[in-house]
Amino acid sequence: MSLARPDALDITTKQKVALGIGIVGLFILALALFNTDFANQGLFLTLALGFIVSGTAIYSRSAYLNKLEGIKNDGQWFKSISSRGFWGWAAGIILTTFYIILYFYPQYLGLGKDGAENTGLISLFDPLSQLLAGRNASQWFVYGTLYTIAILAFGYKFILKYRHNRYQKIRTVSVMFFQLGFAFLIPEFMYVMNNDLPYYDLKSIWPLNYYIFDEWSVKGFLSNGNIGLALILFGILSIFVITPILTYKYGKRWYCSWVCGCGGLAETAGDPFRHLSSKKLSAWKLERWLIHLVLVFSVVMTTAMVYTYLGYDSNDFWLTRGVFITLVIVFLTMIFAGVMYFKRQELGKDAKYGAIGFFVVIALLLIMHFTGTTNELFYVKAGNLRSVYGIYIGSIFSGVIGTGFYPILGSRAWCRFGCPMAAILGFQQRLFSKFRITTNGGQCISCGNCSNSCEMGIDVRHYAQKGENIVRSSCVGCGICAAVCPRGVLKLENDSMKGRINPTEVLLGNDVDLMALVNQK
Amino acid sequence: MEHIVIIGNGISGVTLARHIRKLSEKKITIVSAETEYFFSRTALMYVYMGHMKFEHTQPYENWFWEKNRIDLKKGYVENVDVNSKILHFSNGETMPYDKLVIATGSKPNKFGWPGQDLDGVMGMYHKQDLENLEKYAPNKDICKRAVIVGGGLIGIELAEMLNSRSIPVTFLVRESSFWNGVLPEGESAMINRHIRNHHIDLRLSTNLREIKSDGNGKVKSVVIEETGEEIQCDVVGLTAGVSPNIDFLKDSEIETGRGVKVNRYLETNIPDVYAIGDCAEQREAIGNRRPIEAVWYTGRMMGETLAQTICGNRMQYKPGHWFNSAKFMDIEYQTYGWVFGSKGQPDHEEHFHWKHKDDTKCITVAFDKNTNEFLGINTFGIRMRHETFDKWLTEKRDMDYVMNHLAEANFDPEFYSRFEKEILAAYNNQLQIV
Repeated sequence: MSLARPDALDITTKQKVALGIGIVGLFILALALFNTDFANQGLFLTLALGFIVSGTAIYSRSAYLNKLEGIKNDGQWFKSISSRGFWGWAAGIILTTFYIILYFYPQYLGLGKDGAENTGLISLFDPLSQLLAGRNASQWFVYGTLYTIAILAFGYKFILKYRHNRYQKIRTVSVMFFQLGFAFLIPEFMYVMNNDLPYYDLKSIWPLNYYIFDEWSVKGFLSNGNIGLALILFGILSIFVITPILTYKYGKRWYCSWVCGCGGLAETAGDPFRHLSSKKLSAWKLERWLIHLVLVFSVVMTTAMVYTYLGYDSNDFWLTRGVFITLVIVFLTMIFAGVMYFKRQELGKDAKYGAIGFFVVIALLLIMHFTGTTNELFYVKAGNLRSVYGIYIGSIFSGVIGTGFYPILGSRAWCRFGCPMAAILGFQQRLFSKFRITTNGGQCISCGNCSNSCEMGIDVRHYAQKGENIVRSSCVGCGICAAVCPRGVLKLENDSMKGRINPTEVLLGNDVDLMALVNQK
Repeated sequence: MEHIVIIGNGISGVTLARHIRKLSEKKITIVSAETEYFFSRTALMYVYMGHMKFEHTQPYENWFWEKNRIDLKKGYVENVDVNSKILHFSNGETMPYDKLVIATGSKPNKFGWPGQDLDGVMGMYHKQDLENLEKYAPNKDICKRAVIVGGGLIGIELAEMLNSRSIPVTFLVRESSFWNGVLPEGESAMINRHIRNHHIDLRLSTNLREIKSDGNGKVKSVVIEETGEEIQCDVVGLTAGVSPNIDFLKDSEIETGRGVKVNRYLETNIPDVYAIGDCAEQREAIGNRRPIEAVWYTGRMMGETLAQTICGNRMQYKPGHWFNSAKFMDIEYQTYGWVFGSKGQPDHEEHFHWKHKDDTKCITVAFDKNTNEFLGINTFGIRMRHETFDKWLTEKRDMDYVMNHLAEANFDPEFYSRFEKEILAAYNNQLQIV
């Protein structure tokens, strides 16, 4: 059906001015990129960031505050930027280009190599970096700053958009806090206090921060006494203890849409694109293969990485290669056996794929152990494995595609198809968690607002219209499906494990005899 | 193999087809003149508002039908020959059936107003209505004002739709307050204010006299019955209720009243012909329900039930406790059990009403003043749990129990402000006054 572009979507004069202010801010950054020599870098950086933030804030206030509280999705499928129109593609191309330059050609951003002074865009950020950490900026500092600014400015916009919804407001304040504090400021301060410590974003957890188990990183931590040791231990505790407990109690949302930086950007700057994720069954199938492949890759890669710098002789250090590989295999086997024993029924057909995945990992680890040397694993140079992961998963998948393609694939393409952390949390959420989205009896009218707004591409309606709770490993618990539901059908809840998954054929409200007849299992 | 033909691909017909497929291997054909695939009618408004695209209103992907061996036939049935069990289509085609189910839903009411068939005058029910609205009201330059006639659920949705494109709306409501044939006064009055807060020109106790033409067959203005005032407009939305869409059965032997007459088994007077959903009319109303229930949920329940009968387990349509829901602009509404407006309110029914000071949340709880039994609740702006109220109604809980346990029924998102204490205090306070 052809839908003419409706007039109500035109922006007001005030919004045009706000857009102009924001563009001036971006323009200053662009000038810096093309090596304009600003006499007072601190001033111009402040102006640039200030314009961007205030432009976004003024625009958002004008967009939402003169309307009554409620769902504000009018025209999202008409606007060019948010419906894969011209501006959507343009934004996608610009973002993708930025990521490619950032990851692979930082010299074009002005990064001074081998101790040379920074120039261009990166030098513009030197004053801020000096202020925070007493060193010149890197491309990562520039990126981190812009990333944080985006989460703060668009987080403010999101809070205004959902100002009637306390769950959304609190959650957004949380991602803004963790980005500003944990991802941005604290690592800089840690550097000031002890500049030998490797970079550590405390909220980043293996397998996302696989690099903290690199040899140089572990050595870096261990050579820094108790604080370093504490950080390494915290890293191990995070994934093996803290994560399972929190995920059991609250679902993976405690991380994905409350703490995580990738999630934080997706929920704020990515919000206008959330509806673009594909809800097709075929997309779900692709998702399950892809994300678990990445998980397998990251497990094998991390094990291999640690393996290469362990020794053979237990007199040097108790954790030898043999002990380590045995520990890994025993651990994985315990998880696998436990799931198969307790949850086989719930898994259904997936059990087979789980078994395949498990045996592939074990086989890979054994092959590695019996063919590996100090320099070679799987007959390739050990370091190569790590760099392949770093480039293809860490950079291209999570950055270039994950964020650059926001306006095309929706805001959570990385979280959905690639993030190994999301795979681990999701696995647990599906099997051992109190979290679910409860469906309110028979109230669903199949309108599709929930599915449409799911950034993870879950066809929420498929469950809701059957009166079935939504228990999906990919759900990040953002709560937007529940917010947009016009009939109050969905509620995010932590409740008992019993009856959490409740497939029904005949819905509440019908003849009780019929319900009993058809719904008996 | 037995051939089941279902006329109508709405929620009733599609639910029926899905359940027959689960229970049997019968050949199933769904006929529709409206669209090729099932879509959620309740979501049409979101397409015009740009929240969704039309394809998002389709709950099943297009491969679903072939995979489940449900044949879809696009065509308009002109005539049903129940003796030789053959359908005649408007294009001359025919289709034999073994069992026929009429699930053709509703059509918007027109009450013979002068000018009701002009261009730019439309209901808001079918996909074609949406296309029409897109044509006549794409923006506020082409449609400088729209007039909506009829203050019900579709009327307020149409007002919200037009409002999303900044098209000024005049909303003519025959009743003295919005939807007060159904809603108690306090709620109805709150919705009046909410409509006006959205800058909609709400005219209560106002009837339409005629719709005037611009001379080229298109609407130019409407005239108000009471005052004679003429309002210039480019679109007129007729939303004064719906009635069964069964004109094509006029010459058949199938017995009809306002709708297709059915017994409790959803059987018509002709063997092997059934009717479900909006177009079915119960010979005797069930409980407090109307003989014709034009509601999404009842259509679905009839489909679930009839599938049993068609697959050999003959079963009465026996709906459980009444429930319904709607959304009035930004205010969600749910109801469980029976709460009557002043119109049908029985003598024994008494109400407790509480309204939040922000004027967007309120509840009305109905109880039997003789026995104190809880009868039903209307809730605005606070979500409540269907399962809990269904249970309480079955257990015939009394009013005090419900008021003291209201927190268990809360279904609002986490961290939302809770009002149970305030509500209970108001309830106890009211008891003391009485």
